[in-house]
Amino acid sequence: MKTIFDAKGKREGKVLPALDVPQQGLEKLIPHSLRRSRKPRIPALSEPELVRHYTRLSKLNYGVDDGLYPLGSCTMKYNPKVNEDLAQLPAFAGAHPLADEQLVQGSLALLHEASRFLCNIAGLSDITLQPAAGAHGELTGMFLFNRYFRERGESKRKRMLLPDSAHGTNPASATISGFSITQIPSGEDGMVDLVALRETLDETVAGIMLTVPNTLGIFEERILEITQMVHAAGGLCYFDGANLNAFLGRARPGDMGADAFHFNLHKTLSTPHGGGGPGSGPLAVSQCLVDFLPVPRITKDENGYHLDRNFPRSIGCMHSFYGNFGVILKAYAYILLLGDDGLHAVSDNAVLNANYLQERLKKTYRLPYDRLCKHEFVLSGEKLGRGITTFDIAKRLIDYGFYPPTVYFPLIVHEALMIEPTECEGKETLDRFIGVMEKIALEAKENPELLRAAPQHAPVQRLDQTRAARHPILTYPFDELPE
Amino acid sequence: MRYIANTEVDRRAMLGAVGVSSLEELFNDIPKKVRDRYRPIGLPERSELETVRKVQKLAHFNAVWEQYTSFLGGGVYDHYIPRVVSYVTSRSEFSTAYTPYQPEMSQGTLTAMFEFQTLLCELTGMDVANSSMYDGATALAEAVLMAERIAKTDKVAVCRSLFPHYRQVLDTYCQAGGIEIVEVPYDHAGCYNADSLPTKISALVVQSPNTFGIIEEMNGLKERLGAALLIVAVNPISLGLIAPPGKAGADIVVGEGQPLGLSPSFGGPFLGLFACRKQYLRSMPGRIIGRTVDAQGEIAYTMTSQTREQHIRRGRATSNICTNSTLCALAAAVYLAGLGGHGLQELALLNLEKAHYLAERIGSLPGYSLAFSGPFFNEFVISIPGDPQSVCRQLARDKILVNNPSSLSELGVKQALSFAVTEQRTKEELDSLVNVLRDIT
Amino acid sequence: MTYPTQFRYTKEHEWVSLEGNKVRIGITKHAQGELGDIVFVELPALEAQLEQGDTLATLESVKAVSDVYAPISGKVVEVNKGLEDSPETVNEDPHGKGWLVVIEVASPAQADSLLDAAAYEKYLSSE
Repeated sequence: MKTIFDAKGKREGKVLPALDVPQQGLEKLIPHSLRRSRKPRIPALSEPELVRHYTRLSKLNYGVDDGLYPLGSCTMKYNPKVNEDLAQLPAFAGAHPLADEQLVQGSLALLHEASRFLCNIAGLSDITLQPAAGAHGELTGMFLFNRYFRERGESKRKRMLLPDSAHGTNPASATISGFSITQIPSGEDGMVDLVALRETLDETVAGIMLTVPNTLGIFEERILEITQMVHAAGGLCYFDGANLNAFLGRARPGDMGADAFHFNLHKTLSTPHGGGGPGSGPLAVSQCLVDFLPVPRITKDENGYHLDRNFPRSIGCMHSFYGNFGVILKAYAYILLLGDDGLHAVSDNAVLNANYLQERLKKTYRLPYDRLCKHEFVLSGEKLGRGITTFDIAKRLIDYGFYPPTVYFPLIVHEALMIEPTECEGKETLDRFIGVMEKIALEAKENPELLRAAPQHAPVQRLDQTRAARHPILTYPFDELPE
Repeated sequence: MRYIANTEVDRRAMLGAVGVSSLEELFNDIPKKVRDRYRPIGLPERSELETVRKVQKLAHFNAVWEQYTSFLGGGVYDHYIPRVVSYVTSRSEFSTAYTPYQPEMSQGTLTAMFEFQTLLCELTGMDVANSSMYDGATALAEAVLMAERIAKTDKVAVCRSLFPHYRQVLDTYCQAGGIEIVEVPYDHAGCYNADSLPTKISALVVQSPNTFGIIEEMNGLKERLGAALLIVAVNPISLGLIAPPGKAGADIVVGEGQPLGLSPSFGGPFLGLFACRKQYLRSMPGRIIGRTVDAQGEIAYTMTSQTREQHIRRGRATSNICTNSTLCALAAAVYLAGLGGHGLQELALLNLEKAHYLAERIGSLPGYSLAFSGPFFNEFVISIPGDPQSVCRQLARDKILVNNPSSLSELGVKQALSFAVTEQRTKEELDSLVNVLRDIT
Repeated sequence: MTYPTQFRYTKEHEWVSLEGNKVRIGITKHAQGELGDIVFVELPALEAQLEQGDTLATLESVKAVSDVYAPISGKVVEVNKGLEDSPETVNEDPHGKGWLVVIEVASPAQADSLLDAAAYEKYLSSE
């Protein structure tokens, strides 16, 4: 696989403007000891070489625009193209974050209105747009919880409760913020075990972090009991918003008892994920946490919009500036495009699609929690026979041109396949996917080698992950002799 | 809704297959009380045209930047972005992919991130880099948390000449993590004054060029730190000319990657740069791409060293980061590959020369002089005769943008303004700034 | 015999070899098989004082992290440096070159409660 560092060509020609001021010379301007002695080894590619290289790389990739991307808990929905153009409007893209407030009233107005939309969707009092990703929203939320208890003189509240189906970011965010983790088991119905929850609630509990619906795609039917129990014990309720697509436009975390809820704009609100980011993870909070929100906050008075830092109880800043503005803008435009009816149609179709897939696929694959699901569901790849694993199924799906579902998560399902079709896929695509999944199950019995050797029709075959981890090569080996 | 493929006929067929009679029935598990409380935002569905109009209307409340001359800096610089950068990043195979969990379908992203890591190591003189953090400030905060894990003391020394926005984020993280921050002052040259470094620190944080634009001399500094780590925050463009921090013994290098082909975009999305020495690989935050081979022995790339990360180590992970700034890192790789090593040097030199030209011209005005004597890159601080806020406002009337002097004032630099100069500023623009300043006084 | 008779074993699949007032500790062939390809071994610092049950080492495969707990209390006097560069040794020769640490024990009697090879194998077949 060739990289830019394999390019031997030396581009000529003009890339930079000529120096139009009298030259003083590097020697005069930077003392020798501060200067670089060797030019960085960055090849100079001509523009056609550059474009061809990255166009070729792009063809080794697969995005939502290529086809079904049923990655569970990732909500890989279509990203409206117009939003990309809007984010590139010079007035927005060219706005320097330190420009005077009066010059960026449009950007501030957009953030202010986006805040209002998001607060409304969350059913909560106020919001910060600073978090740059879901996990960053979680961290912000945990910092807020921390401050809340400190101000109340309840610093002994150091335990954070987490269901065993939680995303890995939850325990990581809680731990960084100084909380210890107490895991709450799921009951046989896949929901939080209320007896176990009641037993662990005491004056050392800071709160609970829930994903609603949970990572099994099951809505916690006793959500109101759970949040009431935690509140009654003096704790706070954090909601991970990764799965908001399941109830968008028809229910609100604030009405379920959430004190803090983060959005993943790059999931639910359709901003593209960029192959791993940038995302945006705004955090909405209930009244009891509003005073602690990060600064600056965007406020409005008769003179216009302001970046207001005058909140003495704030936890401080979470981001260099005001969050990932370009991403927030796309989510804002998406909400405008959809309107209330469109938001409602999202959860309608996302949940219908998931249930349809679940119903059809459970005839072939084991469905550990057999009940109506929300926007996603979890199958198990076990018992297909002949030693076939979920890993093999995933790789075989690649041969059929589908991106595989999330695999081996949540941890409470053995050989998990977590499938989220989103609202964007039509029945036709879903039927095709079902056909392929059924075919793979059949192949597992009749010709398991096809699965074990998969993928054969991808840019590369299975990778040697062990070698990558044991003997890490993390940068281009400039000194390596050609083979 | 136009992003939905199902028709009413499809939906009826699917409801039948699922065995429910209505869509509403699919949501009966959400308590009725919760559903009843739902209140819509009050927004109609809009056509694309109506949406564009509405957003454009907001855009009109921003300044028309083309009419302004910008000397704004503070980590975000007005560099020219070649068109090829957005061409590549807008290819939807890159932009609409998720985190590369399945390497066989993600070799494009993975190869590019491997390139990015290599580029960052080349620039910084570090051994390993991750494939990005959120932004410069959070990258620094994570570096400090990492140093605390390694050196196991909960005190960190931070140069006062750090960007205020870096410091504010660091304060937030340190307060939550119970880490004490001790400030290292700056001297008349604008450089850190390390005469009295605090003891028992996990790290010293130095920024170069610092918030005054001054390039810091770090030779011999690492030796004085003992077990503490040296964390250096950089401007990647300056590294075309300035010695890589690795040479001075830095353990972790962080920075804001915005200058590498990203628009200012009101502060984000940006690109957190993070690189360190190989010995600290296992303590690093973030996603790391490694080279390996596939079943046929062909070179291929994959996420590696994942046991550090939250999806495996959960509560004991080195960081909670998952989504990062991959597409911005791709932009940076394209930007740098378009320049080449020589081009980067030339670009840095243009910035340097132009900044010095302007500094000298302003410095020759009566009452104006450089606030610090240290060497600077493309940003500098000038002591001025008048009230900086009022000068700032008068410049704005002439459509000239400069950094708000309040952040300098908070760092103890009164009666001063700072200016950043990039290759985009023409001699004419520089001269006209000087003329305006002359007229003001 | 797969499991050397001169070793003692724990139900956490570690082996212990008594060498005077010191014990050499590793993981069993069974354990390495369960973990899969080991890609990294994190060992304790020399001189570290460990109580029985403390984390002694951490073994990593590509997608899992497993702790090894001290089967016996004592001071770490030797660690297997070679595993830094060749973690695969734990897979290839778990009972020999793939040892993890040597501990100087305070009370060797703690080892008496450990399983002998026959008991360990019986435990394995019942698990």
